[in-house]
Amino acid sequence: MEIKKAAVAGTLESSDCMVTVEPGSGTVELDLESAVIRQFGKQIRKVINETLANLDVTDAKVTVVDKGALDCTIKARVECAVYRSNGITNNLPWGGAIK
Amino acid sequence: MKNAVGREIPEEILSLTGKEPFQGNNYKEGVPFQRSAPTVHPVMDNQHSKIVQSIREALEKCNAHDGMTVSFHHHFREGDLIVNMVMNEIHNMGLKNIKLAATSLGKAHEAIVPMIEDGTITSIEASGVRGKIGEAISNGKLQGLAIMRSHGGRVRSVFSGETKVDIAFIGAPTSDEYGNLSGTGGKTNCGVISYSAVDADCADYVVAITDCLVPFPNYPAQISMTNVDYVCVVDAIGIPEKIATGAAKPTTDQRKLMMAEYCTQVVVNTPYFKDGFSYQTGVGGASIASTISLTRIMEERGVKMGFGIGGLTKPMCDLLEKGLVNVLMDTQAFDLDAVTNIENPNHYYITASEYANPFNKGAFVNKLDYVILASLEVDVHFNCNVVVGSDGIITGAQGGHPDTAQGAKCTIVICPLLQGRIPAICTDVTTVTTPGESVDIVVTDYGVAVNPNRPDLLEALQKADCVPLKTIEELRDIAYSITGTPDPVEFEDRVVGIIEARDGTIMDVVRQVKPL
Repeated sequence: MEIKKAAVAGTLESSDCMVTVEPGSGTVELDLESAVIRQFGKQIRKVINETLANLDVTDAKVTVVDKGALDCTIKARVECAVYRSNGITNNLPWGGAIK
Repeated sequence: MKNAVGREIPEEILSLTGKEPFQGNNYKEGVPFQRSAPTVHPVMDNQHSKIVQSIREALEKCNAHDGMTVSFHHHFREGDLIVNMVMNEIHNMGLKNIKLAATSLGKAHEAIVPMIEDGTITSIEASGVRGKIGEAISNGKLQGLAIMRSHGGRVRSVFSGETKVDIAFIGAPTSDEYGNLSGTGGKTNCGVISYSAVDADCADYVVAITDCLVPFPNYPAQISMTNVDYVCVVDAIGIPEKIATGAAKPTTDQRKLMMAEYCTQVVVNTPYFKDGFSYQTGVGGASIASTISLTRIMEERGVKMGFGIGGLTKPMCDLLEKGLVNVLMDTQAFDLDAVTNIENPNHYYITASEYANPFNKGAFVNKLDYVILASLEVDVHFNCNVVVGSDGIITGAQGGHPDTAQGAKCTIVICPLLQGRIPAICTDVTTVTTPGESVDIVVTDYGVAVNPNRPDLLEALQKADCVPLKTIEELRDIAYSITGTPDPVEFEDRVVGIIEARDGTIMDVVRQVKPL
């Protein structure tokens, strides 16, 4: 998917994360800030990159501010931000691109 | 060299400090030692005045010098003004290489961080540190070592002369002009000043700082004039609303209430729960809730507590008011109810030595049946960590944790399985502060684990069928299945701090964190 406009999902509450996607400059550029970066930084990057790949996002600037969210939460917030950037908020592909 | 909890203690730290690695809880039982004695400046002239006009004058009269050790107590908690007041003056005098030996340091003391950076303060001894001071130490800003001790371990250290205090500063809610000190009766009350007693006994100079001078004699005195050199009156020694807040509202967090209920079930179904039992608990939401639910069962069954001890809170004082406990032994007041309850004749002031010192001839903690504690992390060996955050940065204090855990017949640690994404039940704690041999039962929101070296307690709980029993490994596995397995935090080689066991051996070391 293409990132058409800047979009945000999530909050800065404990155990959540805030994901911002913006149009990129040719590649996926990830900026991660996390309360648990020393213990889970690699895992969080992996989940974000896998989620973007599943959605065929190849060109985006992604900013994630994580407050200790679990993987399922991070994945959902990334997916939500990407769909919002395409103006898609209804009839999401449950069971398809979103598993 | 590996110690008894499997931690590698570097040879250079052992030779630098002259300490031994931790060898197990009772290693120093009965081993004789020589107590330290202070240098005393006698007062016999009846014209002698102890009043000084300023902190500066006190410092000058006490021969303040480079490389000295100054000590403080932490009964004013986050409302303390004494440490900053004195350290600012020491800084203004241009003194360097100071050892700051406080009973604990908190966020109220962040003003000393620049003094760590400029070499005014080069070593720190405390129960623990929080906030920016912890970050500064973990980032290697302190030139010397930070030594973290339990409340009992600190008394041992001063008592034995390992920590030689040159000047002790004692913030006193009331004092007379001759230095009889008390934690009550003034405008900035903290109830008791128990942690200072050993400093008053062992420091070469003792300076009382008060904002409420009362007529002589200020009796009953918690600290006697016989140990006090100077009295300095200042405008304010603390910020009352930050010293003791109103009692914490009973928690409505269902997870904490469930853990509290499990904890109470564990207490009432283990063999020490009978008339005259003894009990200590902390100030966490679940601990307070468990005292409240325990009170209900004590009333139902007509079981009375013999003594309650510790840092005290409203639910403990309520037990006294209801006649459900014979006496309370007080080392620290955590809320206003505990501060004012000291007026009750069965609520006693005790010193930190009487409370928890492992190097006297027997402390109160040795007589505890139950202690309810919290922990940042507990590992599958039942080791607890209450000082270093899971991110490797120093952020807490030992307090009485290792003292009461060793002393009590049944040590219960309440700990939610997860703290955000951090699995609190883990394979190896970041830093060991309390050894697994002291910890009997771990209560989590996902079940209760009993230390395998306590089959008697396990059998009692199995028979009662009152809580979901799990092994500690099962709890760890549930935690990791939710969060994923955490990567080990990366550290530099340099040791910045020592976690000292009660008896002065080394339980663990804290290393500098790698920059991100």
